[in-house]
Amino acid sequence: MEKKKPKNVFVQGPISSEFIGTSIAKHQTKTSIGAHNIFLGQVRADEIDGKIVTAIDYTAYEEMANQKFHEIREATFEKFDLTCMHIYHSLGTVKAGEICLFVFVSSPRRKVVFKALEYVVEAIKADVPVFGKEIFEDQTHQWKQNN
Amino acid sequence: MQLTIKYFGMLAEATTINEEYLQTEVCSVSQLVKKLKNQYPKLDNADFKVAIDQQLVDQNHIINSEVEVALLPPFAGG
Repeated sequence: MEKKKPKNVFVQGPISSEFIGTSIAKHQTKTSIGAHNIFLGQVRADEIDGKIVTAIDYTAYEEMANQKFHEIREATFEKFDLTCMHIYHSLGTVKAGEICLFVFVSSPRRKVVFKALEYVVEAIKADVPVFGKEIFEDQTHQWKQNN
Repeated sequence: MQLTIKYFGMLAEATTINEEYLQTEVCSVSQLVKKLKNQYPKLDNADFKVAIDQQLVDQNHIINSEVEVALLPPFAGG
């Protein structure tokens, strides 16, 4: 088990597939791991009242959000036998089709990573003060809400 | 005493500010919210939670020191 101080989870703009690939590669030295599980949140081009979402502009109450991410991390290590966990969330504009959330959990065994990943993602959706402005093609917008 | 009030997301849009300072006597969260809704009528129909120094609090919480108050609209992370 690995305990960490609150750190900055946020990255500006979308999370690239190169970043995700590099993150996976970094774990090749951690040979006690037998199973990784990854969640990638992608911005969806929802159609709302005839208009298509082209991007989400993310903002956050960053100090509180990083503290909440930290609490979620601590609670997850408490509940599940994980070797390590990484969370990255976008701020600013992320276009439809791009990645805005990257959660990466690793454990010696597979069963635990399925449960742990769902726990982490649901906690992020419910508890972290991140706000999303859905931008339409005509530059009008509405505010996203998790449910 | 002086409070720091922070507005996020649709609430920053409704008030047209991100942050302000407010002089007030000791009050409950609900009294403070009422005052803010008087100042910014657009907050009246808004759905939000209140955090004090980054912890969510309920409407009965008493504000008796110079804290940071944040009005948080529905979360949309992920």
